[in-house]
Amino acid sequence: MTAVAMLMWVVAALLATAVLSVAFSRTAAVSHWVYSTCAVLCASALGLLLVHLLGSGASTSGLTLPLGLPWLGAHFRLDALATFFLIVVNLGGAASSVYALGYGRHESAPHRVLPFYAAFLAGMNLVVLADDAFAFLLCWEFMSLTSWALVMTQHREHENTRAAYIYLVMASFGTLTLLLAFGLLAGPDGHYGFAAMRSAVHTPAVSALVLVLVLLGAGSKAGLVPLHVWLPLAHPAAPSHVSALMSGVMTKVAVYGSVRIIFDLLGEPAWWWGMLVLFLGGISTVLGVIYALMQHDLKRLLAYHTVENIGIIYIGLGLALAFQTNAMSGAATLALTAALFHVFNHSLFKSLLFFGAGAVLTATGQRDMEQLGGLIHRMPYTSFAFLVGCVAISALPPLNGFVSEWLTFQAILQSTDLPQWGLKIMVPAVGGLLALSAALAAACFVKAFGVTFLGRPRSAAAMQAHEVDRYSLATMLGFSLLCLLAGILPGLVIDALAPVTMSLIGARMPVQSSIPWLSIIPITAGRSSYNGLLVFAFIAMSGALAAYVIHRFASRALRRAPAWDCGFPDADPATQYTAGSFAQPIRRVFGELAFRLREQLDLPAPGDIRPARFVATLGDRIWELMYLPVVGAVQFGAEQLNRVQFLTIRRYLNLVFLTLITLLLVLAIWP
Amino acid sequence: MALIYALMVQAMQMVLVLALAPLLTGLVRKTKSRLLRRQGPPLLQPYRDLLRLSRKEVVLADNASWLFRVAPYLIFAATWVAASLVPTFAAGLMFNWAADLIAIIALLGSARFFLALSGMDIGTSFGGIGSSREVMIASLAEPAMLMIVFTVALIAGSTQLSTVSAFLAGADVGMRISLALALVALIMVALAENARIPVDNPTSHLELTMVHEAMVLEYSGRHLAMIEFGGSLKLLLYVSLIASVFVPWGIAGGVATPIEYAFGILTYLLKLTLFGLLLALFETVIAKMRVFRVSQFLGAALMLGLLGTLLLFVSRSL
Repeated sequence: MTAVAMLMWVVAALLATAVLSVAFSRTAAVSHWVYSTCAVLCASALGLLLVHLLGSGASTSGLTLPLGLPWLGAHFRLDALATFFLIVVNLGGAASSVYALGYGRHESAPHRVLPFYAAFLAGMNLVVLADDAFAFLLCWEFMSLTSWALVMTQHREHENTRAAYIYLVMASFGTLTLLLAFGLLAGPDGHYGFAAMRSAVHTPAVSALVLVLVLLGAGSKAGLVPLHVWLPLAHPAAPSHVSALMSGVMTKVAVYGSVRIIFDLLGEPAWWWGMLVLFLGGISTVLGVIYALMQHDLKRLLAYHTVENIGIIYIGLGLALAFQTNAMSGAATLALTAALFHVFNHSLFKSLLFFGAGAVLTATGQRDMEQLGGLIHRMPYTSFAFLVGCVAISALPPLNGFVSEWLTFQAILQSTDLPQWGLKIMVPAVGGLLALSAALAAACFVKAFGVTFLGRPRSAAAMQAHEVDRYSLATMLGFSLLCLLAGILPGLVIDALAPVTMSLIGARMPVQSSIPWLSIIPITAGRSSYNGLLVFAFIAMSGALAAYVIHRFASRALRRAPAWDCGFPDADPATQYTAGSFAQPIRRVFGELAFRLREQLDLPAPGDIRPARFVATLGDRIWELMYLPVVGAVQFGAEQLNRVQFLTIRRYLNLVFLTLITLLLVLAIWP
Repeated sequence: MALIYALMVQAMQMVLVLALAPLLTGLVRKTKSRLLRRQGPPLLQPYRDLLRLSRKEVVLADNASWLFRVAPYLIFAATWVAASLVPTFAAGLMFNWAADLIAIIALLGSARFFLALSGMDIGTSFGGIGSSREVMIASLAEPAMLMIVFTVALIAGSTQLSTVSAFLAGADVGMRISLALALVALIMVALAENARIPVDNPTSHLELTMVHEAMVLEYSGRHLAMIEFGGSLKLLLYVSLIASVFVPWGIAGGVATPIEYAFGILTYLLKLTLFGLLLALFETVIAKMRVFRVSQFLGAALMLGLLGTLLLFVSRSL
């Protein structure tokens, strides 16, 4: 049996689990069984894929099922690109299933989650496996709808229904644009198989249109600015293990969609494609992180951060496109590897952080950081894992987030040889944006960790928090370890990505695992090299040495005392810095630019005893400039059409008749 | 044998930065005092301070967590590793390739990340104010620094600091606009990163003006010693960085004789003294600015760095 057939059996088993969970929804232990089954299935798929990758170097195998459109069937195929993305999907799937074994016990309505959860996992696997446009779109929509149902889990809360509605509208819009893109790719003869699209030749205009449509469709699912509006609403609304899947994994499936179509199906890129993708990636990174900084809902902060990281991934993809146009295959490989490495890294640390947020939610019932604080004392393991995730996502060495950003920077430094002026100006500007977002990300996670886990508890719930169950802890600590391993042994990941770049660009990075000391050298040793393992070892050794020397030869005495606070300690935890006040300086620096910040200070005159008031209002420029006009137009149109709703039967018949005449006239005049 | 020799040179670099860092701080303090016509503390006072602090018992706030106790060592270790990776008296040391310039900057970022977190750990308002302002300053200083790195790396064709330094020491570089812009920006960033006037005042204990000091307000004893030592190392790092990129003469090459190393150390000491005096002079003649002016100051540094990079994208010879 080929690998793809085995994977299809796994998917079938996931779907069967979904159906069975409906049948047994009244059984008490159904949650436990469904999540264990999902975990086992995803883990076995993961094992299968790893064996496939290591054993046969990700060879290609296909499968046609007699489903779907007649005389077409449904094609599925497993190649290097799909193997990599399936590893990401199933790693995330297995981890969140294990996590849910503990977390899911607190679910108030498990029957609203379980069937859709298993189906959602199956859907994501199917999208990556699909090898014709029909199967792809069907699975894409299946994935969207199941995740929509998961967003609707807590459907009695108004906020969630609104989030789910916006998500549904955006997801339908995305599928529509992808449908049009595939229509253009298939051409007038309608070859829906990817194999036929790959060999077809498109005019530049058609290719350009397809690119724009794909960026709209896949970009809206991935969360590219300005199509990201649904993401920070919908991702936090779902249960935390599903949020982890949506942010950590489903956005990657969207990235897969863009890579598959742009790099694989669409043929030769034009030089401005890279520029467009770079531009979208650049604004997504900076706006994503600035919006994230302003949030005080922990899960929403994480969701906005997904927008930032998706931006980084698209910057890598844009660079790869720009290099590919100019036949700089070495640099293109580097940029694509950086993007894919970041896909893998982001799936790790974003899932980890959402698991942590879920643990906080379980322990305190709070997502609002202003009500938390001091959790490091009550939840030591969770806070440690969350800290690792924070360091990793802030792109700090020696963890994994740094490696992929470092590779992206190295790719940017290759781009002075690009001949086009547009790119020459765009690339350094995007480099500046990337640098800015990296620094802001660190600020954002100092805030997220500092306000949630450090300081003094700001509410009774935070004071009485307790450590979460073993399943959740094991998942979080396991992912922390993976973040560290991918950070100190990046060469192994880069080598594992070689088949993907071979198949898409026709070149690969130099073999990394044979370099002494396990360094990574993207181009040549003289240009740049980085060794996460040594950096980690050096920090550990010098830190330990310093601690040893001081404790041995100087002093080890320690006395506990009340906090000093410059002589004026205040017992009230409200005197601490809050999430809002922490971000205030940054809000002031970037506020006008991004949010139309309005600060109103109402200071009473001397003698007046009413309290002073300070109100800061933040607007969302993108929502106001791009979405409100559309909403307004739709509403206006609906109002106008409302007039034809209450007519007499004669008028309706007249309307029908007129329409018929008009259509006949059109037919008559049409040449 | 060659391996042992290389290891010894590398070890010497690590010890040298450790030994010289407090001296540089002392030099700056002494010069500043003399410029203000004060006697000033002795040159060796920072060593005595560190010794005294490390011998004292730690007074730890009741609700301090493990992070608060671990962070000083982490900050010290990350800064020390970063400082040892910058060429001081010799380039191309045994482990110089373990991290390039981008990684060195990121290592300092890691140190700052933990410093800002430890400021928030006790839950006092001063810690929060310090951390919040520190990350605001960092959020502009770090991208500016990366733009400077880009400029330098594009000229030298490498992000390896040893290679950059050797390239710029070569004769055929000449005067370049982008390098001049990078130098100005780097000095601005270095001032901000080391909490010097005009961005922050290292001697200030007036609550509302301090940034760095507010963050470490709750630290005492050996923890404070580690953080102070880390601060001195960071100052030394930035001075070495400016020296190795903009005055790279006298730095010994990959494998050199002990005489060349001795010469390298001598020139390095000269450079340190010169930069220390200049820093003290600069700090004396300029006033500290308001916190919210800092963003304009660093924004200018960011723009200068970006301009330098852009010029190089336009023409490799600018």
